[in-house]
Amino acid sequence: MAGKELKTILATDCGSTTTKAILIELSDDGYRLKTRGEAPTTVEAPFEDVTKGVLNAIMEVEELSGLRILDGDQIIHPMRDDKTGVDVYVSTSSAGGGLQMMVAGVVKAMTGESAERAALGAGSIVMDVLASNDGRLPHQKIERIRQLRPDMILLSGGIDGGTVSHVVELAEVLAAANPKPRLGQNYKLPVIYAGNNKAQDSIEKTLGEITDLDLIENIRPVLEVENLGPARDKIHDLFMEHVMAQAPGYKKLMSWTDAPIMPTPGAVGSLIEMVARQENISVVGVDIGGATTDIFSVFQGQFNRTVSANLGMSYSVCNVLAEATLENVLRWVPIDIDEGELTNRIGNKMIRPTTVPQSLEELIIEQAIAREALRLSFIQHKAFAVSLKGVQSQRTISDAFDQSGSGETLVDMMELDLLVGSGGVLSHAPRREQAMRMMIDAFVPEGITQLAVDSIFMMPQLGVMANIENDAMAKSARKAAVEVFEKDCLIRLGTCIAPAGKPKPGSVMLTAELDLPGEGKKTFELRTGEIIVIPAPYEPIKAVLTPAKNMTMGKDKGEVLNTEIYGGTVGIILDGRGRPFELSTEKAQRIENLNKWSKATNEYPDTELLGGA
Amino acid sequence: MAHSYTPGLKVLHETKVHKERILPLKGDVVVEAKAAVTPDDIVARTHLPGNVQMINVGNLLNIDPTDVEAVMLKPLGSEFAKGEMIAETKGLFGFFKSNVQAPIDCTLESISSITGQVVLRDAPIPVEIDAYMRGTVSEVYPEEGVSIEAEAVFIQGIFGIGGESRGELVVVTETREDEITEDLILPEHAGKVLVGGSFLSLAAYKKALSLKVAGIVVGGFNYFDLEEILGYTLGVAITGSEDLVTSLVLTEGYGEIRMGTRTFDLLKQHDGKFTSINGATQIRAGVIRPEIVIPLNPEDIKGDVHAVQVNEGIQAGSLVRVIRAPYFGRIGTVVSLPSELQKMESETMVRVAEIKIDDKVMVIPRANLEMVETD
Repeated sequence: MAGKELKTILATDCGSTTTKAILIELSDDGYRLKTRGEAPTTVEAPFEDVTKGVLNAIMEVEELSGLRILDGDQIIHPMRDDKTGVDVYVSTSSAGGGLQMMVAGVVKAMTGESAERAALGAGSIVMDVLASNDGRLPHQKIERIRQLRPDMILLSGGIDGGTVSHVVELAEVLAAANPKPRLGQNYKLPVIYAGNNKAQDSIEKTLGEITDLDLIENIRPVLEVENLGPARDKIHDLFMEHVMAQAPGYKKLMSWTDAPIMPTPGAVGSLIEMVARQENISVVGVDIGGATTDIFSVFQGQFNRTVSANLGMSYSVCNVLAEATLENVLRWVPIDIDEGELTNRIGNKMIRPTTVPQSLEELIIEQAIAREALRLSFIQHKAFAVSLKGVQSQRTISDAFDQSGSGETLVDMMELDLLVGSGGVLSHAPRREQAMRMMIDAFVPEGITQLAVDSIFMMPQLGVMANIENDAMAKSARKAAVEVFEKDCLIRLGTCIAPAGKPKPGSVMLTAELDLPGEGKKTFELRTGEIIVIPAPYEPIKAVLTPAKNMTMGKDKGEVLNTEIYGGTVGIILDGRGRPFELSTEKAQRIENLNKWSKATNEYPDTELLGGA
Repeated sequence: MAHSYTPGLKVLHETKVHKERILPLKGDVVVEAKAAVTPDDIVARTHLPGNVQMINVGNLLNIDPTDVEAVMLKPLGSEFAKGEMIAETKGLFGFFKSNVQAPIDCTLESISSITGQVVLRDAPIPVEIDAYMRGTVSEVYPEEGVSIEAEAVFIQGIFGIGGESRGELVVVTETREDEITEDLILPEHAGKVLVGGSFLSLAAYKKALSLKVAGIVVGGFNYFDLEEILGYTLGVAITGSEDLVTSLVLTEGYGEIRMGTRTFDLLKQHDGKFTSINGATQIRAGVIRPEIVIPLNPEDIKGDVHAVQVNEGIQAGSLVRVIRAPYFGRIGTVVSLPSELQKMESETMVRVAEIKIDDKVMVIPRANLEMVETD
């Protein structure tokens, strides 16, 4: 089918806190974002129907665009005329607690990890990984399964044609637990089997009757290969069929959309993967939400996603406090604050999750918490994004002193080309400088790294558009997703240049010679502990970077780097705080530094207003 | 007319409350439709399958998994006492036999010829569901449970700990501003539900626990004190399964915050009545807020309930509560809902509402308002 050219696309994302709607229109300039609207997600009482929030967000789009989209409680699609209706409506969702799964594999570090990667890649939260060698006794595993009540289970284990008994043993544990799904008593728990193909008959015999069993291709057919695609697709199908259908109002929402509703992280991940592939770069993307923080990365062409299930800015905000400790949150706050009062305020944000910071002090605290949530999530991501374990590699004599092997993290901050931030606290930060600072402080990029934010948090909607499978719409929708991503979604903040190494206090750690558009060549000397911001647009800028003798920009220590960099809304940030970067443990010094960096980057309005600075 | 959708908590002086009392697994419903029930009446019961033990008989007896079934001493479904032999090999000419004994009183549930595992199940665990509140059985779901209905006062809190509890309501503070101090909690309050004003200290709550007070309803409590009560830091607001004698329901939030006038007055009006409370909270999808239910006596039912138009959201004239600093906890009336975005001190651009609090008009982000839903 040739496919029709879509003129208007309406897409929503139902987050755990906010429902966001975007309207995309085909103009002379190609596909562009026309307008957006948002409203609180309405899974809470008194509404308990997700479509109310969707309609509220769309009403805002109607008001701002002048287009009539709603006919009562119905979305008008396809378009009736230029002023009425839209061509396509699609949606993503992470409300309803998202998709919660348990995965199982024979060896925790091999098939267990592959199953976890498949589940995470599909956009789920992995509640637990069961494995034959996880150290738990069968009855402990059974108790755990009963207690967690996942939405679905992915069972894997063994390479094709390998030993059958281990994976069948896991199936027997599942059968003995006889798990019930989290939502609804009246259907069987979906179980996906993606293990040794030789065991399929025995698995069918063990689980066929008591669960809703699907047998698919092995996720690890041989040790050296991971085959995650079929498992991910099956998870998406079952997510729609079982989980979404149980959440309040979703049946109605599903009947409105022109393509299946995707889990939000699944949609964002597919977009990040697409960008890395198109530009052939290493990318880290982060989506910090109310309940969870998702991190996506593509290094050496390998995609990884992790979800830190209980690190978020509203529902899980107290968990950030619990995991990071109050001391670590407060180290980013340049004001004196009563600790008891602060914990109560954070607690109140947890129980009333949809509020926004009205005062500057509230904003500073919120952004301090965000730094810690991002930092902790990234630590988890680095530990998970590793090369395949259990793979034998041939070594030559030249590798004798190189101990790197399977299971090493793929995340290399020096190699990272682009860091993209998304989620309310980053996308809606009143100043773009704040988003850039939060990301630099939390991720601590090394060498040369471009930073961008999702302008209004629309990566989920663009992700679902890029994944429409209906032939009549697919081509046009994908084109729209790519064009809007480039032109309207990404706000290029600029580039962070951070030499790695332990610099001497007060010394010049980097000399940067930049050929700035309209200004010509300029030289900047970066001293230890300083941050310098150089305003520059998002255009190619020739740069000669000379690190001090004990510092590196990715090559040898002291080696000069001739390269091309880009500015952005904020510009080029020379970060002289050293890598690894540590804040002073001495309070007065720490506050002085925070204020100095804040001023240098134009991060906040005058913090002296707060009195404690 | 401009309006805005805002979450809110219910404070209703008379409403029909429905409570579903559903078994975790299918079982027997033991009451009939229209039956009058009291909170402690059992309405349904069932047996949860017992815990499971798995024993690899194949490995223990050093035999092939396919041979396991042949060495089992009783067929599937048989019962064994703890220590009783469940499997035995034939040995060599009747000698050198090996055997496996049951580790618990159990039933033989399955035998695997692939792994050699044998599944033994513990005795079933009985589960009973009570009526929770005084009322009438309005609906029976055969084998699953019932719905109980009552004309009652219904108040939602913002956060709670501890599950269902019940007892006589006793208002222990003079005003909604007063803190429940230790000296206000007395031995005669055992088994009762206490109501106080603005705050409950950790020491006072501990005293209530030691005196076996059934529950406390109060404006605020310190977040950091929860850790000592629960034994862990509460990271996400999902509660209700804590094993606490005294359930706690906060009507306003963390910190010292006076209880809403309407809530306090309504509770005071029903001082001495029998009350059911539930501290269970889940601030996620399918949100659950803690609640206070006071079933009304027939003579107290006025029939002046009017449907609350929750779908209208807030509009000019609505009663709202500010739910974030700097005006946290203040209650006011909406004056207007301007449609333009406005810049706050934090430089955040937001939709706002103009609120009149104590005769002063203040501009507050709409997201920081909560509707006070009254009838």
